[in-house]
Amino acid sequence: MKNAVGRDIPDYLLVNGKEVYQGKNYMDGKYVQKAGPKTRRYEQPQESKIVASLADALRQCGAKSGMTFSFHHHLRDGDFVVNMVMKAAIEELGLEDLTIAATSLGSAHDPIADYIEQGKVIGIQTSGIRGRMGEVVSAGKLKTPAIIRSHGGRPRAIEAGEVHIDIAFVAAPTSDCVGNCRGIGGKSNCGSMGYAMTDAKYADHVVVVTDCLVDFPNMPASVEAIDVDAVVVVDSIGNPKKIASAAARISQNPRDLKMAEDVARVVAATPYFKDGFSFQTGVGGPSLAANLFIEKMMDEKNIKMGWAIGGICGPMVELLKKGKVGKVIDVQDFDLDAVNSINQTPNHFEMSASQYANPANKGAFVNKLDFVVLAALEIDTDFNVNVLTGSDGVLRGAPGGHPDTAAGSKCCIIVTPLVRGRMATVCEHVVTVTTPGDCVDVLVTDYGIAVNPLRQDLIKCLDEAGVPHVTIEELKEKAYSLVGRPDDLEWEDQVVAVLEARDGTILDVVKKIKPYTL
Amino acid sequence: MIPRPKPERFRLRRTMMFMNAQKPGLFKDAYIYGCDSIMLDLEDAVAENQKDAARFSLYHALKTIDYGDTEVIVRINGLDTPHWQEDIRVCVAAGADGIRIAKCESAEDVRTVEKATEEAEKEFGVEVGRTLLMAALESPKGIINAYEICSASPRMFGVAISGGDFRKCMQTVPQPDGVDMLYARGQMLVAARAAGIQCFDTVFTNLDDEEGFQAEVLQNKAMGFDGKSLINPKQIRFVHEVYAPTEKEVIQAEKIVRAVRENADKGLGVFTVDGKMIDIAFLPSAERTLRLARAYGMYEGDLV
Repeated sequence: MKNAVGRDIPDYLLVNGKEVYQGKNYMDGKYVQKAGPKTRRYEQPQESKIVASLADALRQCGAKSGMTFSFHHHLRDGDFVVNMVMKAAIEELGLEDLTIAATSLGSAHDPIADYIEQGKVIGIQTSGIRGRMGEVVSAGKLKTPAIIRSHGGRPRAIEAGEVHIDIAFVAAPTSDCVGNCRGIGGKSNCGSMGYAMTDAKYADHVVVVTDCLVDFPNMPASVEAIDVDAVVVVDSIGNPKKIASAAARISQNPRDLKMAEDVARVVAATPYFKDGFSFQTGVGGPSLAANLFIEKMMDEKNIKMGWAIGGICGPMVELLKKGKVGKVIDVQDFDLDAVNSINQTPNHFEMSASQYANPANKGAFVNKLDFVVLAALEIDTDFNVNVLTGSDGVLRGAPGGHPDTAAGSKCCIIVTPLVRGRMATVCEHVVTVTTPGDCVDVLVTDYGIAVNPLRQDLIKCLDEAGVPHVTIEELKEKAYSLVGRPDDLEWEDQVVAVLEARDGTILDVVKKIKPYTL
Repeated sequence: MIPRPKPERFRLRRTMMFMNAQKPGLFKDAYIYGCDSIMLDLEDAVAENQKDAARFSLYHALKTIDYGDTEVIVRINGLDTPHWQEDIRVCVAAGADGIRIAKCESAEDVRTVEKATEEAEKEFGVEVGRTLLMAALESPKGIINAYEICSASPRMFGVAISGGDFRKCMQTVPQPDGVDMLYARGQMLVAARAAGIQCFDTVFTNLDDEEGFQAEVLQNKAMGFDGKSLINPKQIRFVHEVYAPTEKEVIQAEKIVRAVRENADKGLGVFTVDGKMIDIAFLPSAERTLRLARAYGMYEGDLV
């Protein structure tokens, strides 16, 4: 069945009430029955929940074949925990048919590709998938289609019981002996632990994995001992160098700066750019550099930013410290400046993934967002964005909070160079729709700005402010004139990944790639 | 093949951005930054053993990429090098809009380049006279001979000072108030105006000194320069801002242009606009104001 973004969704996926994507806010007003976890009572006072090994923790939580384990990705590409846990489960306990439900996965998890090929891991639910795991899933080696959800779609699915977590593993930079966890104070600090919060509340069992045991009580805790079954102390939960980079630097690349300045000009041209406005930006070159120009324009207009959310890094913390933004609310930290600031700098707060972006709750921050500035691998002439699959059709990206912030914000700006190498970024049809075009408002490229025709109000604003813009078709033609028009990708019939819209409907599917022969 | 329109000798040239012709990845689409002219450098930026490679990059870029309204000038190697003749051939063959003569010291230098350019135009079947010329004055001798250089050829559209070499000759370094080159800039401006061509200031190389850059641009405008050579896209916007007329100036210029044309039709030479006496002598400056306004996105009328 064709959905609202024109993608054909195989009927066999439309079972148990699953629907195809119908457009923005389709589920608004519907009721949801939340699923409660089945958790063990710990009435008898316990001195400590520390167990000797991951294998012991797994046994204590009744781990068996067929279960779903959850993980969070605050340790980013430095994470050791996913690999350690899966190794213990598969190689020590001999478990099979496991599903990994992670907030995101990256190239740190290449070893999991082997477990997929061996058929030990049969399900993957994640926001991001990259490296070898992306390749083996794209090659059709995972037994069930991977489910790709946004950061807001995941807590929604968990709360609705569409994902049932048997054991949640919390990678904790510090924990006390009963499982109060924080993202700071240890040797592998990550700052915010927002993505782990919903998991810990909805999992049947919760295991904390830490490499820095601290005195009880570890306060204020991101994940609280009241939800934790066991604590495992290991030598190292991750490689600090890959968890948080040194301070994120603002790009000096003239192309990035030009795009960043154009983003700021778009922002300043809208009626939302007034004292107390709210803002989120990514950490990519031009997105991050937009901070610089927006700050200038705030100074010129003598206004301040009310609050900022997102993955946070140094430049935003700088603005907070300078008093130019009122509050920063943070689900993840990208550099040490942010890690060292959360819950330390006044008005720098932590939030859960659900509070950040869940479309089914009653007060997600994204819904109050004025502006979000996001990147894209591809964007098509309907403004549909792909941030998941590469030009070869292989899984190598992550929707993350992209679809959530795009849908919630009043003005979603995509910033991307028109071409990357020989690839046209602005194209006729994206390989995979990860953010539907009805949520995307403005595209800023190095070759010009285009506004979604759905937003005639913004077109008027830009015209009045003298910000030049063209149609997205013109940008697409320009891109093709530079790098040529690629042939369509060829696919097998097998669906290797299902791309869920944030509301739980099916936005797109990724099929197995047909091997290319010359 | 991208056919380039015939170069316009007197167009707006507020910003002329240097790009290394050895780096096609950078200059291939340098027009996106919105400078008026791109100055592809075959001279100092290109290593001695890469001159040939740079010429090839330049040729293929101009032949395959549409630079649109952005003017493309090429700085060729000095006449004391073995490279300049081949540089001129590639400029003409590729259809560059103009050639910047490095280290120009005399009218003879201009005529030497003019002759080679004409030969290349004939060789490649390009309309004779199409390729424009400008001169860079880099030495005291060039400054002394500014007028003969500026008036040496009908192809000449402008003259620029090159601060780096000039200051070395003069045993000085950049000063915040510009006193180091005050005389040279003044002499060159007077010569250029006397010859009826444009005049451009040198690059400002310290990218971190935003204040110094801005002060220099403001001084350039006050002295009467047509524009400035730049080394980085981030310098473009400020120059364009400084050269943009005020809203009031635009309105005034519009009135003048309209009045001069209407009164010319009526056979009137002198008349008043808003109580001020106006004649034909006001026209060029008013038209220039409107062109600057159009370039800055302030004017969409059809008077220029």
